[in-house]
Amino acid sequence: MDVRSQVSMVFHLDKCIGCHTCSVACKNIWTDRKGAEYMWWNNVETKPGTGYPTKWEDQTIYRGGWQKENGKVTLKGAGKRRGLTNIFYNPNLPVIDDYYEPFTYKYLDLIEAPEGDDQPTARPVSLITGEPIDIKMGPNWDDDLSGTPDFARNDPNFQNLSAAEQEVMFQLEKMAFFYLPRICNHCLNPACVASCPSGAIYKRGEDGVVLINQEVCRAWRMCVTACPYKKSYYNWHTGKSEKCILCFPRLEAGLAPACMHSCVGRIRYLGVLLYDASKIEDVVHDDEKNLINRHMDIILDPFDEKVIRAAKMNGVADSTIHAAQNSPVYKYVKEWKLALPLHAEFRTLPMLFYVPPLLPVMATLKQVDNTEQADKMNPIAKYWDDNWLYDTSTAELWGTLDQVRFPLKYLANMLSAGNEDMIKDKWKKLMAVRIHRRRVTVGDISNEKADEVLRDAGLTAEQADGVFYLTALAKFEDRFVIPPAHREQAIEMMDFTGDAKGEIGFGIKSKVKRGL
Amino acid sequence: MNILDNFFLIALPYIALAVFLVGSIYRYTYKGFQLSSLSSQFLEGRRLFYGSVPFHWGVIFLFTGHLIAFLFPRSVLAWNSQPVRLMILEITAFVFGISMLIGLVNLLIRRYTTPRLKYVTNKMDFVVYALLITQTFVGLWIAYNFRWGSSWFSSLLTPYLYSIFTLQPDTSAVVLLPWTVKLHIILAFTIIGIIPFSRLIHFLVPPINYIWRPYQQVKWYWDKRKVRSPRTPWTLQRPKNN
Ligand code: SF4
Ligand code: SF4
Repeated sequence: MDVRSQVSMVFHLDKCIGCHTCSVACKNIWTDRKGAEYMWWNNVETKPGTGYPTKWEDQTIYRGGWQKENGKVTLKGAGKRRGLTNIFYNPNLPVIDDYYEPFTYKYLDLIEAPEGDDQPTARPVSLITGEPIDIKMGPNWDDDLSGTPDFARNDPNFQNLSAAEQEVMFQLEKMAFFYLPRICNHCLNPACVASCPSGAIYKRGEDGVVLINQEVCRAWRMCVTACPYKKSYYNWHTGKSEKCILCFPRLEAGLAPACMHSCVGRIRYLGVLLYDASKIEDVVHDDEKNLINRHMDIILDPFDEKVIRAAKMNGVADSTIHAAQNSPVYKYVKEWKLALPLHAEFRTLPMLFYVPPLLPVMATLKQVDNTEQADKMNPIAKYWDDNWLYDTSTAELWGTLDQVRFPLKYLANMLSAGNEDMIKDKWKKLMAVRIHRRRVTVGDISNEKADEVLRDAGLTAEQADGVFYLTALAKFEDRFVIPPAHREQAIEMMDFTGDAKGEIGFGIKSKVKRGL
Repeated sequence: MNILDNFFLIALPYIALAVFLVGSIYRYTYKGFQLSSLSSQFLEGRRLFYGSVPFHWGVIFLFTGHLIAFLFPRSVLAWNSQPVRLMILEITAFVFGISMLIGLVNLLIRRYTTPRLKYVTNKMDFVVYALLITQTFVGLWIAYNFRWGSSWFSSLLTPYLYSIFTLQPDTSAVVLLPWTVKLHIILAFTIIGIIPFSRLIHFLVPPINYIWRPYQQVKWYWDKRKVRSPRTPWTLQRPKNN
């Protein structure tokens, strides 16, 4: 057993309101500079939709991640042979137009335009060339537009949905969608690290953050191809690749990463997970259907005496073990088994987990007769006069799961490598928590029924209360349990994080400029 | 003529080599951030193929060829002792030269006709293009007009280069060569001299060790077991991983 600790995350998709505060917080701190304008280390996508960069999930286009062929796991579009022979021209590299051409507006024109008959306008200009452009694309161009044919219907997660299921989706897309916030997953088997020819990318042993050494990166651009989540970005100005650093300078100072700190919906949780590094290789080689369960298995119980002893042997600090025991991520992922990794089939073992969304799923539309109600109204009163009822009643509990508005398969393609039962399992739990809480607070559900539901979902009443607390009430310290940095390490950890802002952003103390 | 010869064939090589050595080591050690191939594929990802690929494979073959002729002149001469083998070598090299030239011209056109690339192009890039294109053209000219280069390189240029590297410069063999050959030598050393000041520096950092390194890399600030052992002495030495 080789116990290591990883700072890991859970995003609760039911709670995300799609406000993009997280993206803006990240942009303001890290990527607000030349060459990085187009990068959104944190981005929020409307699902169904094509995402950013367009159709990133479709690995037949981008060839990211790992693939298993004849029992061997190799990088799909990079690796030693492919990477080195394609080094002069990488056929699978996304170009700037796959993301979008960064732009700003000539705001000064609004103020400085000479007096005249026309209203002055602020024309959009490219942040690369400075020339006026027609904006064709943006990082969240399809925000809330889940129904549009260009975006929702091109979502790669629709693959292998039957024609009938797709038809359901195409009807329902008009009213059902959810948000998917994404950052780098700080994977256990990172494809970016494996693909870097110059060895500039590494996983930090102490906390598992994946970083690109800006002094060693030589712009071979293989990581951009290899990361299946497209979370490694090429800075066209400095000629260096960059990625989410999980705000490690903030983490070391005991602060939550900026995106998490600022999250309006409070959907984000961060904490330590202990894992067994010696099993990673084995897990990565397993069959697709076992991947998620095996991934969960290498996450260790921080209360287990054996694990604690092994962790100490490995130099994991007591305070880190303590943080692991209080970790909200451990609760969601292992204890309650509510969270799943995004696209486990890419085999990078992502360490960011998502609680699948229940809300856009459960409600059904019913036609009701409102005339009786309407007749009682004052004739001049304004009232809701259509006859549709957005019905979230829960009388038919598990029955509705099969007729939900989101074909299960869609979410399964995204979050459980196609396994529908796994999603169903999470939905049941989420539902059971609601029913249990309704019994407690409203009291119109019988004890027998609530208990039966809980039993069926595999939760105890205490666990359900725990889920409720962490989901709905949790305070800052409950959501972010950050292991303290250690004095004996801190001298080194705090060094080199000086921020030459506006130049490259992090990791280098002096101002730097692009090479010739 | 003698002074000029001495300057271009003795002084210039030494200046170029000194600048190359000091400059490259300095830039590698202190300016790691500025050491990059500065790929522009991200801004223009289609036409690059027709430039970058023929150029790079051409230059790799030809550079290695020149290096082998310099290091193992006798083996090259032995190989060339049969006309068929000589022809094969010469024709292959010529084809790679053409590929390099085509690549360079494509790259040049691409760089100066794609609007976006203007913003990642500096003056040094133009110097690099000018030098490389001239050099490739002169090289092809020599190969075509003064056959068979692979043989006379080994007997004429290798001793000269050898004398330069052993610090006993002897130009007697090369002063008599046609001016195009001298130009080729001069340009070669000039290119070596500008390596530290241009994007050419990326040629010094090919990712060779990727071939044998394990795919995954985990780095620790300290030896994770030692750091917490009371027996480890306190040290202020900085771990070298960033
Ligand atoms: S999400 Fe991508 S960039 Fe982040 S660690 Fe995984 S492979 Fe690397
Ligand atoms: S800040 Fe939070 S709620 Fe808002 S979009 Fe980001 S993840 Fe969602």
